[in-house]
Amino acid sequence: MKRRVVIVGGGAAGMATALGLESRGVEPVIVERDTEMGGKVRNWHKLFPTFTPASEILDPLRRSIAERNIECRTGVAVETVASDGVTLAGGERMAADAVVMATGFTLFDARRKQEYGYGIYDNVVTSADLEQMMNSGRVRLADGSMPRRIAILHCVGSRDEKVCQSHCSKVCCITGVKQAIELKKMFPEADVFNFYMDIRMFGPGYEELYREAQQSYNIHFVRGRISEASPMINGRIQIKAEDTLTGRPLKMSIDMLVLMVGMRANDDNGLLAASASLDVAPNGFMQSRDPFTGAVRSPREGIFYAGAVTAPKSLADTLAEAALAADAVVDYLNRTQR
Amino acid sequence: MRSIRFGYGISKPRAIDIDSNDLRKSNEILREMPELQTCIGCGSCTASCTAGNLTQFNFRRVHTLVRRGEYMGAYEEMNKCMLCGKCRLVCPRGINTRGLAMLIKRKLGDF
Repeated sequence: MKRRVVIVGGGAAGMATALGLESRGVEPVIVERDTEMGGKVRNWHKLFPTFTPASEILDPLRRSIAERNIECRTGVAVETVASDGVTLAGGERMAADAVVMATGFTLFDARRKQEYGYGIYDNVVTSADLEQMMNSGRVRLADGSMPRRIAILHCVGSRDEKVCQSHCSKVCCITGVKQAIELKKMFPEADVFNFYMDIRMFGPGYEELYREAQQSYNIHFVRGRISEASPMINGRIQIKAEDTLTGRPLKMSIDMLVLMVGMRANDDNGLLAASASLDVAPNGFMQSRDPFTGAVRSPREGIFYAGAVTAPKSLADTLAEAALAADAVVDYLNRTQR
Repeated sequence: MRSIRFGYGISKPRAIDIDSNDLRKSNEILREMPELQTCIGCGSCTASCTAGNLTQFNFRRVHTLVRRGEYMGAYEEMNKCMLCGKCRLVCPRGINTRGLAMLIKRKLGDF
C-alpha cells in the first residue's frame, strides 16, 4: 500500500513537494486554506531577475498536480499537526505517515507604517499592489494620469524593530530593482528613485540587473530610509529622507510611492508549533533542525518543512527546497518501513 | 545706517530639495558619463584620494551632491583634485572617475 504524506499548504512549495513525492511512489495529499491552489505567486506578475511571467512557473505545477490526480483539499485550514497526521478545522482527522509544512509567509501590512500613508493617501501602493496592477494591464495614478516621478521604498516591514520585524525579507531588494525597471519601461519619461538602507543582491544575475537598472534605465538610488510621506495641496506626495551618502536631508514631491513590503511569519505558526512541540524562531518563522543539513527537517521526526515557512525565500529557493523536502520525506519513510 | 546686530541669524534649510534644484547640468553630466549612475557609494575613490587625505575634500560626496543638483562650491572643491587618477584604479564599478573630475569642472565652471 502506498504511503501517504499530508502537505499543509498548496503554494509553490507544497505543489512542488507533492510532485516530488508522487514521482517516487508516495501518495501526497495537499491541504490548502485558500479556495484556490497557487499561494502568493498567483498574484505576482513577473519574476526577478529574468522577468519570467509567474504563470510560466505556476501553470505547469498546477497542470501536473491535476494530471497526476494528486488529491487537493482546498478551502480548509489545518489546526494541529503531528508526525502521524493533521487535524482540520472542524475536527476532521487526516492520518498520514509524514507531514510537510509548506504554509509559507504573510505579507507585511503596510498600514502599520502609518507614516507612509498607505490606505490614507492616494497613490501609495505596495509592491504586491503594483504586481496586481501590472497583471490587470493598467498602472495609473488614482486620477487616471501617468506618474512622472516615482519613489520606491525598500525595507517596509523588514529590519524594523518598531514593527517587530527585525529580519531581512531577502527578496525585496531585487524586487525593487525589477519593479523600477518595469515602471521605467512603462513610463520612460518618469524619474524613478529607489530609497534603500542596503542593497542585498544575493542571487545569480541580481547584481547584473541592479547595474543595468542604474546604467541603462537611469534609475536613481538614494541610500536612506524615507522618514515620512505627506500629501501636498496639489495631490502629490512629499517625502523626506536623509541622503546618507552626502549627509544631508533630502525632500522631493512624487506622484507615486511604492512600498516594498516584507515577508513576515504567519500568525498561526505559534499554534501549529505548539500542537507538535516544534520550535518557532525569534522572528516567528518555524525553526529548522539546523540551517545546514537539516533545513527541511523539523526537530520532530516525521514533520518536514518546505519553502518560506522557515524564512523569507525566493521562488527559486522555495522550489529547490521542495525537492529537498521530498527527498528527506522519502528517506524518512524508507527508514520507518512498516 | 548701521545695521543692528541682534546676535542671531536665520539659517537656510539644509535639505536637498529635488523639486527646486535645477537638474539640467546633472543630467548633462550623466548623459556624457552614464557609468556614473552605477556608483554604489563605496568610498574607494575618497579613501585612495591624496587630496582627501590632506584636506576636507571628499570626492564621493562632491559627485553625489552634483548628481542631486547641488552645484554650489563643487567647482572650487574639484580644484583640490590633482588628477592623479588613483581613484580610477580602485573604483569597483570601473567608473572613469578622473574623467568625471574633469567633466564636473568643465560643466560647473560658471557656478
